[in-house]
Amino acid sequence: MHEWALAESIVDTAVDTAKRERLRTIDEIIILIGELQQIERDIFEFALKEITKTRKTIGFKKTIFNIKIEKSRLKCRVCGYTWSFNEIRKNLSEEESEAIHFIPEIAFVHTRCPRCNSPDFEIISGRGIAIKSIRGSR
Amino acid sequence: MAYIEPRTSVIDKRLRNIKRIISVASGKGGVGKSLVASSLALSLSRKGYKTGLMDLDLYGPSSHIILGVKDVYPQEEKGIVPPEVHGIRFMSIVYYTDDKPSPFRGTDISNIIIELLAITQWGSLDFLIIDMPPGIGDETLDVIRFIKDSKFLVVTTPSKVALGAVNKLIWILKELKIPVIGVVENMARNQSFFIRNEIRKTGLHYLGAICFDENLEDAIGDTEKLMKTSFMRDLNNIVAKINL
Ligand SMILES: Nc1ncnc2c1ncn2[C@@H]1O[C@H](COP(=O)(O)OP(=O)(O)OP(=O)(O)O)[C@@H](O)[C@H]1O
Ligand SMILES: [Mg+2]
Ligand SMILES: [Zn+2]
Repeated sequence: MHEWALAESIVDTAVDTAKRERLRTIDEIIILIGELQQIERDIFEFALKEITKTRKTIGFKKTIFNIKIEKSRLKCRVCGYTWSFNEIRKNLSEEESEAIHFIPEIAFVHTRCPRCNSPDFEIISGRGIAIKSIRGSR
Repeated sequence: MAYIEPRTSVIDKRLRNIKRIISVASGKGGVGKSLVASSLALSLSRKGYKTGLMDLDLYGPSSHIILGVKDVYPQEEKGIVPPEVHGIRFMSIVYYTDDKPSPFRGTDISNIIIELLAITQWGSLDFLIIDMPPGIGDETLDVIRFIKDSKFLVVTTPSKVALGAVNKLIWILKELKIPVIGVVENMARNQSFFIRNEIRKTGLHYLGAICFDENLEDAIGDTEKLMKTSFMRDLNNIVAKINL
Protein backbone atom coordinates (compact mmCIF):
# COMPACT_ATOMS: atom_id res chain seq x y z
CA MET A 1 0.00 0.00 0.00
CA HIS A 2 2.74 2.52 -0.58
CA GLU A 3 0.49 3.52 -3.50
CA TRP A 4 -1.34 5.46 -0.81
CA ALA A 5 1.66 7.63 -0.03
CA LEU A 6 2.17 8.38 -3.71
CA ALA A 7 -1.53 9.10 -4.28
CA GLU A 8 -1.40 11.50 -1.39
CA SER A 9 1.47 13.34 -3.06
CA ILE A 10 -0.65 13.75 -6.22
CA VAL A 11 -3.61 15.13 -4.28
CA ASP A 12 -1.47 17.45 -2.17
CA THR A 13 0.29 18.78 -5.24
CA ALA A 14 -3.14 19.51 -6.72
CA VAL A 15 -4.20 21.24 -3.49
CA ASP A 16 -1.02 23.35 -3.52
CA THR A 17 -1.58 24.23 -7.16
CA ALA A 18 -5.21 25.14 -6.51
CA LYS A 19 -4.21 27.45 -3.66
CA ARG A 20 -1.49 29.08 -5.69
CA GLU A 21 -3.66 29.56 -8.78
CA ARG A 22 -6.78 30.30 -6.73
CA LEU A 23 -8.75 27.42 -8.24
CA ARG A 24 -11.94 26.33 -6.51
CA THR A 25 -12.22 22.99 -8.23
CA ILE A 26 -9.80 20.60 -9.83
CA ASP A 27 -11.24 19.30 -13.08
CA GLU A 28 -8.58 17.00 -14.42
CA ILE A 29 -5.18 15.68 -13.41
CA ILE A 30 -3.15 13.84 -16.00
CA ILE A 31 -0.95 11.38 -14.15
CA LEU A 32 1.81 9.29 -15.61
CA ILE A 33 2.66 6.01 -14.01
CA GLY A 34 6.03 4.66 -15.00
CA GLU A 35 6.26 1.01 -15.88
CA LEU A 36 9.30 0.60 -13.63
CA GLN A 37 7.37 1.34 -10.47
CA GLN A 38 4.65 -1.22 -11.27
CA ILE A 39 2.01 0.67 -9.32
CA GLU A 40 -1.16 -1.28 -8.56
CA ARG A 41 -3.57 0.86 -10.48
CA ASP A 42 -6.73 -0.19 -8.58
CA ILE A 43 -5.21 0.58 -5.22
CA PHE A 44 -3.80 3.86 -6.52
CA GLU A 45 -7.16 4.97 -7.93
CA PHE A 46 -8.97 3.93 -4.77
CA ALA A 47 -6.45 5.91 -2.69
CA LEU A 48 -6.91 9.00 -4.90
CA LYS A 49 -10.69 8.86 -4.36
CA GLU A 50 -10.42 8.33 -0.61
CA ILE A 51 -7.79 11.01 -0.05
CA THR A 52 -9.63 13.67 -2.07
CA LYS A 53 -12.69 13.12 0.18
CA THR A 54 -10.61 14.38 3.10
CA ARG A 55 -9.34 17.52 1.35
CA LYS A 56 -12.45 19.61 1.82
CA THR A 57 -11.11 23.05 0.91
CA ILE A 58 -10.82 22.24 -2.79
CA GLY A 59 -13.56 20.79 -5.02
CA PHE A 60 -12.50 17.29 -6.02
CA LYS A 61 -15.95 15.76 -6.53
CA LYS A 62 -15.82 15.82 -10.31
CA THR A 63 -12.09 15.48 -10.81
CA ILE A 64 -11.08 13.23 -13.64
CA PHE A 65 -7.93 11.29 -12.83
CA ASN A 66 -6.55 10.61 -16.25
CA ILE A 67 -3.96 7.92 -15.59
CA LYS A 68 -1.54 7.00 -18.33
CA ILE A 69 0.97 4.24 -18.17
CA GLU A 70 4.36 5.43 -19.38
CA LYS A 71 6.43 2.76 -21.08
CA SER A 72 9.90 2.39 -19.68
CA ARG A 73 13.01 3.07 -21.73
CA LEU A 74 16.43 2.32 -20.36
CA LYS A 75 19.61 3.26 -22.16
CA CYS A 76 23.11 1.97 -21.58
CA ARG A 77 25.68 4.72 -21.09
CA VAL A 78 28.46 2.38 -22.15
CA CYS A 79 27.22 0.66 -25.32
CA GLY A 80 24.16 2.74 -26.19
CA TYR A 81 21.70 -0.16 -26.23
CA THR A 82 18.11 0.68 -25.28
CA TRP A 83 15.54 -1.65 -23.74
CA SER A 84 12.38 -1.70 -21.66
CA PHE A 85 11.90 -2.96 -18.13
CA ASN A 86 9.30 -5.44 -19.33
CA GLU A 87 11.90 -7.20 -21.47
CA ILE A 88 14.07 -8.01 -18.47
CA ARG A 89 11.46 -8.36 -15.79
CA LYS A 90 11.22 -12.12 -16.23
CA ASN A 91 14.83 -12.49 -15.06
CA LEU A 92 14.07 -10.93 -11.69
CA SER A 93 13.08 -12.67 -8.49
CA GLU A 94 9.88 -11.57 -6.78
CA GLU A 95 11.87 -9.76 -4.08
CA GLU A 96 13.95 -7.87 -6.64
CA SER A 97 10.88 -6.85 -8.59
CA GLU A 98 9.17 -5.76 -5.38
CA ALA A 99 12.22 -3.69 -4.37
CA ILE A 100 12.10 -1.86 -7.72
CA HIS A 101 8.41 -1.24 -7.12
CA PHE A 102 9.28 0.66 -3.94
CA ILE A 103 12.30 2.51 -5.30
CA PRO A 104 12.65 2.36 -9.11
CA GLU A 105 16.39 3.21 -8.95
CA ILE A 106 16.91 -0.17 -7.34
CA ALA A 107 16.90 -1.33 -10.99
CA PHE A 108 20.57 -0.29 -10.99
CA VAL A 109 21.17 -2.80 -8.22
CA HIS A 110 19.32 -5.80 -9.57
CA THR A 111 19.48 -5.40 -13.36
CA ARG A 112 22.13 -4.85 -16.03
CA CYS A 113 22.36 -3.78 -19.66
CA PRO A 114 21.13 -6.83 -21.62
CA ARG A 115 23.85 -6.34 -24.22
CA CYS A 116 27.06 -5.48 -22.32
CA ASN A 117 26.05 -6.24 -18.73
CA SER A 118 26.86 -2.74 -17.51
CA PRO A 119 25.03 -1.28 -14.48
CA ASP A 120 25.72 2.19 -15.90
CA PHE A 121 22.47 2.89 -17.68
CA GLU A 122 19.93 5.66 -17.68
CA ILE A 123 16.20 5.60 -17.00
CA ILE A 124 14.99 7.70 -19.90
CA SER A 125 11.30 7.27 -19.23
CA GLY A 126 8.84 5.27 -17.20
CA ARG A 127 10.47 5.71 -13.81
CA GLY A 128 7.67 6.44 -11.39
CA ILE A 129 4.74 8.72 -10.93
CA ALA A 130 4.61 12.19 -12.39
CA ILE A 131 1.96 14.77 -13.06
CA LYS A 132 1.69 15.91 -16.64
CA SER A 133 -0.91 18.58 -15.99
CA ILE A 134 -3.45 19.87 -13.53
CA ARG A 135 -6.55 21.67 -14.78
CA GLY A 136 -9.06 23.48 -12.60
CA SER A 137 -11.62 26.30 -12.45
CA ARG A 138 -11.76 29.51 -10.44
CA MET B 1 8.62 17.24 -20.76
CA ALA B 2 8.14 19.66 -17.91
CA TYR B 3 6.34 17.27 -15.61
CA ILE B 4 5.34 18.25 -12.11
CA GLU B 5 7.14 16.36 -9.35
CA PRO B 6 4.39 15.32 -6.94
CA ARG B 7 6.43 13.55 -4.28
CA THR B 8 8.05 16.59 -2.71
CA SER B 9 4.63 17.93 -1.68
CA VAL B 10 4.26 15.35 1.10
CA ILE B 11 7.75 15.37 2.60
CA ASP B 12 7.00 18.02 5.26
CA LYS B 13 3.93 16.07 6.29
CA ARG B 14 5.91 12.85 6.67
CA LEU B 15 8.36 14.60 9.00
CA ARG B 16 5.81 16.73 10.82
CA ASN B 17 5.59 14.64 13.99
CA ILE B 18 9.32 14.41 14.53
CA LYS B 19 10.55 16.76 17.23
CA ARG B 20 14.23 16.87 16.34
CA ILE B 21 16.14 15.79 13.26
CA ILE B 22 19.91 15.46 13.51
CA SER B 23 22.08 14.78 10.47
CA VAL B 24 25.44 13.28 11.39
CA ALA B 25 27.80 14.47 8.69
CA SER B 26 31.41 15.14 7.78
CA GLY B 27 33.29 16.44 4.81
CA LYS B 28 35.51 13.40 5.23
CA GLY B 29 34.92 9.67 4.90
CA GLY B 30 35.72 7.09 7.54
CA VAL B 31 35.76 9.46 10.49
CA GLY B 32 33.05 7.62 12.43
CA LYS B 33 29.79 9.22 11.26
CA SER B 34 27.97 5.90 11.15
CA LEU B 35 29.27 4.87 14.56
CA VAL B 36 28.23 8.22 16.03
CA ALA B 37 24.81 8.16 14.33
CA SER B 38 23.99 4.57 15.29
CA SER B 39 25.30 4.90 18.83
CA LEU B 40 23.49 8.18 19.33
CA ALA B 41 20.23 6.61 18.15
CA LEU B 42 20.77 3.62 20.41
CA SER B 43 21.62 5.78 23.39
CA LEU B 44 18.61 8.07 22.91
CA SER B 45 16.28 5.13 22.54
CA ARG B 46 17.65 3.54 25.74
CA LYS B 47 16.94 6.80 27.52
CA GLY B 48 13.31 6.40 26.58
CA TYR B 49 13.13 8.74 23.60
CA LYS B 50 11.20 7.58 20.56
CA THR B 51 14.00 7.42 18.05
CA GLY B 52 14.37 6.79 14.34
CA LEU B 53 17.53 6.22 12.34
CA MET B 54 17.78 6.72 8.60
CA ASP B 55 20.86 5.56 6.75
CA LEU B 56 21.26 7.91 3.81
CA ASP B 57 24.63 6.52 2.78
CA LEU B 58 23.23 4.87 -0.31
CA TYR B 59 26.56 3.59 -1.68
CA GLY B 60 27.97 2.33 1.57
CA PRO B 61 25.15 1.80 4.03
CA SER B 62 26.59 0.61 7.33
CA SER B 63 24.21 1.43 10.18
CA HIS B 64 22.59 -2.00 9.81
CA ILE B 65 25.99 -3.65 10.31
CA ILE B 66 26.77 -1.59 13.40
CA LEU B 67 23.39 -2.31 14.99
CA GLY B 68 23.25 -5.91 13.82
CA VAL B 69 20.00 -5.47 11.90
CA LYS B 70 18.96 -8.73 10.25
CA ASP B 71 15.87 -10.35 8.80
CA VAL B 72 13.56 -7.41 9.18
CA TYR B 73 11.62 -5.59 6.50
CA PRO B 74 9.36 -2.52 6.51
CA GLN B 75 5.60 -2.94 6.71
CA GLU B 76 3.34 -1.38 4.11
CA GLU B 77 0.79 0.92 5.64
CA LYS B 78 -0.11 4.03 3.64
CA GLY B 79 3.54 4.07 2.70
CA ILE B 80 6.32 2.10 4.31
CA VAL B 81 6.71 1.83 8.04
CA PRO B 82 10.29 1.23 9.22
CA PRO B 83 10.65 -1.80 11.47
CA GLU B 84 11.67 -1.26 15.05
CA VAL B 85 15.06 -2.78 15.80
CA HIS B 86 16.53 -2.57 19.29
CA GLY B 87 13.93 0.10 20.00
CA ILE B 88 14.95 2.20 16.97
CA ARG B 89 12.74 2.74 13.92
CA PHE B 90 15.29 1.95 11.30
CA MET B 91 15.21 2.83 7.61
CA SER B 92 17.89 1.89 5.12
CA ILE B 93 18.22 1.10 1.47
CA VAL B 94 19.58 -2.33 2.40
CA TYR B 95 16.01 -3.61 2.73
CA TYR B 96 15.85 -3.28 -1.05
CA THR B 97 19.39 -3.94 -2.25
CA ASP B 98 19.92 -7.31 -0.64
CA ASP B 99 23.39 -5.92 0.24
CA LYS B 100 24.43 -5.86 -3.42
CA PRO B 101 26.47 -2.90 -4.73
CA SER B 102 24.43 0.16 -5.66
CA PRO B 103 25.95 2.00 -8.62
CA PHE B 104 23.88 5.20 -8.57
CA ARG B 105 24.57 8.49 -10.24
CA GLY B 106 23.69 11.89 -8.77
CA THR B 107 20.17 12.30 -10.12
CA ASP B 108 19.36 8.75 -9.09
CA ILE B 109 20.54 9.53 -5.58
CA SER B 110 18.24 12.55 -5.43
CA ASN B 111 15.34 10.51 -6.76
CA ILE B 112 15.88 7.81 -4.15
CA ILE B 113 16.06 10.33 -1.34
CA ILE B 114 12.85 12.00 -2.50
CA GLU B 115 11.14 8.61 -2.76
CA LEU B 116 12.31 7.54 0.71
CA LEU B 117 11.22 10.82 2.26
CA ALA B 118 7.85 10.72 0.48
CA ILE B 119 6.87 7.17 1.35
CA THR B 120 8.41 6.54 4.77
CA GLN B 121 5.85 6.87 7.57
CA TRP B 122 7.89 7.59 10.69
CA GLY B 123 4.94 8.38 12.91
CA SER B 124 5.79 10.51 15.91
CA LEU B 125 9.38 10.58 17.09
CA ASP B 126 11.41 12.55 19.59
CA PHE B 127 14.53 12.18 17.45
CA LEU B 128 15.35 11.19 13.91
CA ILE B 129 19.07 10.62 13.39
CA ILE B 130 20.38 10.62 9.84
CA ASP B 131 23.61 8.83 8.97
CA MET B 132 25.04 10.85 6.10
CA PRO B 133 27.59 9.80 3.51
CA PRO B 134 30.85 11.80 3.41
CA GLY B 135 31.18 15.05 1.55
CA ILE B 136 28.95 17.82 0.31
CA GLY B 137 27.33 16.05 -2.63
CA ASP B 138 23.77 15.19 -3.51
CA GLU B 139 22.74 13.68 -0.20
CA THR B 140 23.90 16.68 1.81
CA LEU B 141 22.30 19.13 -0.59
CA ASP B 142 19.06 17.14 -0.60
CA VAL B 143 18.89 16.96 3.17
CA ILE B 144 19.32 20.74 3.20
CA ARG B 145 16.72 21.14 0.44
CA PHE B 146 14.02 18.83 1.78
CA ILE B 147 14.52 18.44 5.52
CA LYS B 148 14.11 22.02 6.57
CA ASP B 149 14.38 21.42 10.30
CA SER B 150 17.46 19.24 10.31
CA LYS B 151 20.42 20.27 12.46
CA PHE B 152 23.88 19.05 11.61
CA LEU B 153 26.22 17.23 13.94
CA VAL B 154 29.66 17.32 12.34
CA VAL B 155 32.29 14.65 12.94
CA THR B 156 36.03 15.00 12.40
CA THR B 157 39.14 13.14 13.49
CA PRO B 158 42.26 14.77 14.96
CA SER B 159 43.89 14.70 11.52
CA LYS B 160 44.61 17.87 9.57
CA VAL B 161 43.58 15.93 6.51
CA ALA B 162 40.10 15.28 7.91
CA LEU B 163 39.81 18.84 9.14
CA GLY B 164 40.61 20.18 5.68
CA ALA B 165 37.53 18.48 4.24
CA VAL B 166 35.39 19.10 7.31
CA ASN B 167 36.06 22.82 7.06
CA LYS B 168 34.52 22.83 3.59
CA LEU B 169 31.33 21.26 4.88
CA ILE B 170 31.27 23.80 7.72
CA TRP B 171 31.75 26.59 5.21
CA ILE B 172 28.78 25.46 3.11
CA LEU B 173 26.56 24.95 6.16
CA LYS B 174 27.40 28.40 7.46
CA GLU B 175 26.92 29.99 4.07
CA LEU B 176 23.47 28.41 3.80
CA LYS B 177 22.70 29.31 7.43
CA ILE B 178 22.00 25.69 8.34
CA PRO B 179 21.93 25.07 12.09
CA VAL B 180 24.95 23.14 13.31
CA ILE B 181 24.87 21.63 16.80
CA GLY B 182 28.64 21.46 16.82
CA VAL B 183 31.67 19.37 15.99
CA VAL B 184 32.68 16.09 17.60
CA GLU B 185 36.32 15.02 17.47
CA ASN B 186 36.41 11.25 17.06
CA MET B 187 39.27 8.76 17.38
CA ALA B 188 41.24 11.11 19.60
CA ARG B 189 44.47 9.44 20.76
CA ASN B 190 46.22 11.93 22.94
CA GLN B 191 45.44 15.27 24.54
CA SER B 192 45.65 17.98 21.94
CA PHE B 193 43.83 21.24 21.57
CA PHE B 194 44.51 21.54 17.86
CA ILE B 195 41.03 20.56 16.63
CA ARG B 196 39.28 22.39 19.43
CA ASN B 197 41.10 25.58 18.58
CA GLU B 198 40.56 25.21 14.86
CA ILE B 199 36.82 24.58 15.32
CA ARG B 200 36.46 27.58 17.60
CA LYS B 201 37.98 29.73 14.87
CA THR B 202 35.04 28.79 12.65
CA GLY B 203 32.65 30.05 15.30
CA LEU B 204 31.09 26.62 15.85
CA HIS B 205 30.83 24.71 19.09
CA TYR B 206 33.53 22.15 19.76
CA LEU B 207 31.52 19.54 21.58
CA GLY B 208 34.23 17.25 22.85
CA ALA B 209 36.31 14.21 21.96
CA ILE B 210 35.61 10.51 21.65
CA CYS B 211 38.78 8.53 22.25
CA PHE B 212 40.05 5.86 19.95
CA ASP B 213 38.48 2.67 21.29
CA GLU B 214 40.59 -0.48 20.78
CA ASN B 215 37.64 -2.69 21.63
CA LEU B 216 35.04 -1.03 19.45
CA GLU B 217 35.39 -3.49 16.58
CA ASP B 218 34.45 -6.33 18.85
CA ALA B 219 31.15 -4.61 19.70
CA ILE B 220 30.05 -4.00 16.11
CA GLY B 221 26.78 -5.77 15.40
CA ASP B 222 25.96 -6.27 19.08
CA THR B 223 23.97 -3.49 20.72
CA GLU B 224 24.51 -4.79 24.26
CA LYS B 225 28.26 -4.68 23.80
CA LEU B 226 28.05 -1.28 22.07
CA MET B 227 26.32 0.16 25.10
CA LYS B 228 29.29 -0.82 27.24
CA THR B 229 32.09 0.57 25.05
CA SER B 230 34.27 3.51 25.96
CA PHE B 231 33.09 4.98 22.64
CA MET B 232 29.53 5.05 24.00
CA ARG B 233 30.69 6.44 27.33
CA ASP B 234 32.54 9.30 25.62
CA LEU B 235 29.60 9.98 23.31
CA ASN B 236 27.18 10.05 26.23
CA ASN B 237 29.42 12.51 28.06
CA ILE B 238 29.24 14.80 25.06
CA VAL B 239 25.48 14.41 24.69
CA ALA B 240 24.98 15.13 28.38
CA LYS B 241 26.69 18.51 28.00
CA ILE B 242 24.67 19.73 25.04
CA ASN B 243 21.07 20.46 24.41
CA LEU B 244 20.14 18.29 21.44
N1 LIG C 1 36.45 6.11 18.36
C1 LIG C 1 36.75 5.06 17.59
N2 LIG C 1 37.68 4.14 17.99
C2 LIG C 1 38.00 3.10 17.23
N3 LIG C 1 37.46 2.85 16.02
C3 LIG C 1 36.55 3.70 15.56
C4 LIG C 1 36.14 4.85 16.32
N4 LIG C 1 35.20 5.51 15.59
C5 LIG C 1 35.01 4.81 14.46
N5 LIG C 1 35.81 3.72 14.43
C6 LIG C 1 35.94 2.74 13.34
O1 LIG C 1 36.32 3.42 12.19
C7 LIG C 1 35.72 2.87 11.04
C8 LIG C 1 34.96 3.94 10.31
O2 LIG C 1 33.84 4.34 11.06
P1 LIG C 1 32.45 4.69 10.36
O3 LIG C 1 32.08 3.66 9.39
O4 LIG C 1 31.49 5.03 11.44
O5 LIG C 1 32.91 6.01 9.60
P2 LIG C 1 32.06 6.86 8.56
O6 LIG C 1 32.49 8.27 8.76
O7 LIG C 1 30.63 6.55 8.72
O8 LIG C 1 32.59 6.30 7.19
P3 LIG C 1 31.96 6.58 5.72
O9 LIG C 1 32.47 7.94 5.35
O10 LIG C 1 32.49 5.50 4.88
O11 LIG C 1 30.47 6.54 5.89
C9 LIG C 1 34.85 1.74 11.52
O12 LIG C 1 35.53 0.55 11.37
C10 LIG C 1 34.63 2.07 12.98
O13 LIG C 1 34.40 0.90 13.75
MG1 LIG D 1 29.20 5.89 7.29
ZN1 LIG E 1 25.48 -1.81 -22.55
